[in-house]
Amino acid sequence: MALVIKNARLIDPQVNLDEVADLKIADDGTIAEVGQNLDAAGCEVRDLSGRIVIPGLMDCHVHLREPGQEYKEDVYSGTLASAYGGFTDIVSMPNTTPETDNADVVELVKKAAAKAGFVHVHPSGACTKDRKGEALSEMGDMVRHGIVMVTDDGCNVQDAGMMRTVMDYAVQFGIPVSSHCQDAALVGKGQVNEGVASTRLGLAGWPTQGEEVHVDRDIRIGELTGCHTHIQHLTCGRALDIVRDAKARGANVTCEVTPHHMFLNEDFIKESYDTNFKVNPPLRTKADNEAVIQGVVDGTVDIIVTDHAPHAPYEKDREFELAPFGMIGIETSLATILTFLIRPGVISYNRMIELMCVNPRKLVNLPAVKLEAGSVADLTVFDPDFEWDVTPDCFHSKSNNSGFIGFHLQGKATDTFVAGKPVLVDGVVAE
Amino acid sequence: MLSKKHLLRTTDLTYDDFMQILQTAVMFENVNERRIKKVPALRGRTVVNMFFEPSTRTRGSFELAEKRLSCDTMNMGGSTSSTVKGESLVDTIQTLDAMKVDCFVVRSKFAGAPYKVTQCTDACVIDAGDGKHQHPTQALLDLYTIWRKKGSFDGLRVGIVGDIAHSRVCGSLVPALKILGANVTLIAPQTLLPARPDILGADAVTADLDAALPELDVVYMLRVQMERLEGAPFPSLREYNMLYGLTQDRDHLMRPDAIICHPGPINRGVELDSYMADHPERSVILNQVYAGLCVRMSVLYLLLGGAENGIGD
Amino acid sequence: MTDNANVKYQVMDADDVERSITRIAHQILEANHGAQNVALVGIVTRGDVLARRLARRIEEIEGVKVPVGSLDITFYRDDVPVSLSPDIYNSHLPFALDGTNIVLVDDVLYTGRTIRCALDAVMDYGRPATVQLAVLVDRGHRELPIRADYVGKNVPSSRSEAVHLLLDETDGETCVRIYDVAPGGHVGAKPVNQAPIPSGLPEMPKLPNRYKSDIPVGGDR
Repeated sequence: MALVIKNARLIDPQVNLDEVADLKIADDGTIAEVGQNLDAAGCEVRDLSGRIVIPGLMDCHVHLREPGQEYKEDVYSGTLASAYGGFTDIVSMPNTTPETDNADVVELVKKAAAKAGFVHVHPSGACTKDRKGEALSEMGDMVRHGIVMVTDDGCNVQDAGMMRTVMDYAVQFGIPVSSHCQDAALVGKGQVNEGVASTRLGLAGWPTQGEEVHVDRDIRIGELTGCHTHIQHLTCGRALDIVRDAKARGANVTCEVTPHHMFLNEDFIKESYDTNFKVNPPLRTKADNEAVIQGVVDGTVDIIVTDHAPHAPYEKDREFELAPFGMIGIETSLATILTFLIRPGVISYNRMIELMCVNPRKLVNLPAVKLEAGSVADLTVFDPDFEWDVTPDCFHSKSNNSGFIGFHLQGKATDTFVAGKPVLVDGVVAE
Repeated sequence: MLSKKHLLRTTDLTYDDFMQILQTAVMFENVNERRIKKVPALRGRTVVNMFFEPSTRTRGSFELAEKRLSCDTMNMGGSTSSTVKGESLVDTIQTLDAMKVDCFVVRSKFAGAPYKVTQCTDACVIDAGDGKHQHPTQALLDLYTIWRKKGSFDGLRVGIVGDIAHSRVCGSLVPALKILGANVTLIAPQTLLPARPDILGADAVTADLDAALPELDVVYMLRVQMERLEGAPFPSLREYNMLYGLTQDRDHLMRPDAIICHPGPINRGVELDSYMADHPERSVILNQVYAGLCVRMSVLYLLLGGAENGIGD
Repeated sequence: MTDNANVKYQVMDADDVERSITRIAHQILEANHGAQNVALVGIVTRGDVLARRLARRIEEIEGVKVPVGSLDITFYRDDVPVSLSPDIYNSHLPFALDGTNIVLVDDVLYTGRTIRCALDAVMDYGRPATVQLAVLVDRGHRELPIRADYVGKNVPSSRSEAVHLLLDETDGETCVRIYDVAPGGHVGAKPVNQAPIPSGLPEMPKLPNRYKSDIPVGGDR
């Protein structure tokens, strides 16, 4: 049965839309009509007054952990958490066990995602076999099975020559090569940002330069090969400057940032050594927070992602140096952006939609989702005034390693429509 | 009593805490001079020494201190602990805690491990060295030695020479000296310095030992940690000795009343030559060992002493 | 003044205290057939002041200087008060205890627990021939089988009272007073006015200066 959304504020800069209006979803999962006082005869009606409808949120950096580490997360729980976070599309990362470096694993992830049915999952593949940076993965086969990008996320291809081979080869498929910028020789066993935190806590330092040299390297290799370079999770002002300069000279480069690199910094790591703040790349300084947000404002940053990285509580509940890197984020992402960027007026809704809906689809060459007739009805609905506290037991992910625990946030997704099908309904996913 | 339940880092302690620990240590020096070097002050208290990293001096010093206070002690660590079987720190501590332990003395190669222990037990926790972070009882014994020799910290000029980057001693000692009013100079090549020496509290940083020596009241020589020299921070021990070794031919650069500290064990001929290590007026290295015993007794007593019903005769 | 106590009445004045000290001095000499082989050990803080007064009196009577030591029993207590330091004084026993007749000196005998601690402590310093106990005031309420050999004055008291000996040397006046104590208040010895921990240069504790770099460490003395 067709469905009509009534009285919600519809925002989509792609079609210059920002008004309280109605939206009708057809039986085939596309948007039938957008306008005032739509005829709802014979349709299910949802009155969503006070809420905002935007094109579906997409997160291009999610660790679903399946196959191999289902005790941290699996496709079911990860996509369920994504739905609760208000997302309709996610890109899964290839650091699974075994690695997603061949079509079999890609198929496994796709099948599990289809079975769960909470969001569209677009797998990514590894650049190299076992992400070891030594030999090319079968990316052609994986592309045929639906991967949307390749990345050796978590370590990057360390050898510059090998990275050139990856990009030279990937260019034929028209997919971006996503680069986790970390020079192993400079970063070493780094645990936290090199500087105040590393000195105060007696932990090995991770200098921003360890990130910068690979940002620069991979942009230049992209320019050499004609490949689209996508820089993952930038953390610092100096790396953003490199991207800014590259864009100015016309390089084919895009980049992403995470909420935790915008809103958290090394000062959050107290003498309690809270391992939820142990992330790769590490939290930087307050000044870097500001620089990264500036990049979001001025357009240098293309995409906001979460780098949702679940780890089991027992893995995080140990010595800092033994705990794994990463924090979850997909259930707090929208709320942190609404609380810290929208509410204070740092960015507009239009900019948020570019960063979290439009540009992610552009990055991986998916058709745009627009609030207009004919577009697929992948929609996110949120209540901008809903106030909530982040607590360890508020998550639907299997893990709760969030650095935002204890935060009071304003705004939360209430509904999602995935290909027209309601998934999140009034804040609850029917499982 | 101290202002904190645990001894995890010197930055937690107040001036009064420091002086209380040092003054109480004097009382224990008195006990250690007797024929019967033992008091019943902590009779019935159970202390577990958890040494996840090899240690002879610190562990021995703690063990003796505990015994002289009449504690019941148990030593866990290295090959005897279940951590070699893959048990996590949290599980290990919870297992021991179930046996009603009053105090954990924790040595770990991982920074912050003693704090993690506090989250798993109500017992009090003493950091006996964690990674490159802190080694508070080492700093306290250094302070005690300096205090007994110099009488005061006010305006005292202390130079710390060597591998500051990998030194948990510095993480504890430098802030402590600053709290007590001393002036601290770090002397090392940049390959052996942490990213932000100013965060530790250092007043000055230099690579020139010869220029710094004439100003110093206390010269604290750090050990070259042969086992932790990742990335080869200097070309050879010979060159290290040439640039940063306290050798007989540098004696004339030192103030007449300057003293030499070293946390031990000494690499003779590397950071110290035998002339300086055994210098009868300057070297206080064995005093530091003795101070370690007295200060650890003091810390254990101040943390574990005291009764629930504090009404006396 | 103890913070939570009000003076009820005074049971001894300065002259009474002196007379008691004189009598105890005579009794000690009588019981030990003179002052030979006798040593006084005062329990800090007022006990050691009393012991020094007692030694002076013995010298006046007998013409013999008896050795005087002081004993801090903090590390021997089974009821360590919550505020421990800096109220720890050093034990100082500048003579061999082995084979001597030790007279422990304390101000007020109450539950007997302090004396038990003192006995343990004395034994750790050596093996005296006998240990005797002299107190200026016995206020009763013993919790252990301990009795004094020499008593200045028996002062029957209630458990809700505090009996305090004040001395010129520590308190600026000499007398014995009884105080009312608020419920839960401290009924033990009156704390000596403590010097706060100095904010400037810390005072070096007075100790035999044996802490030199040439002392052997951990070996035999």
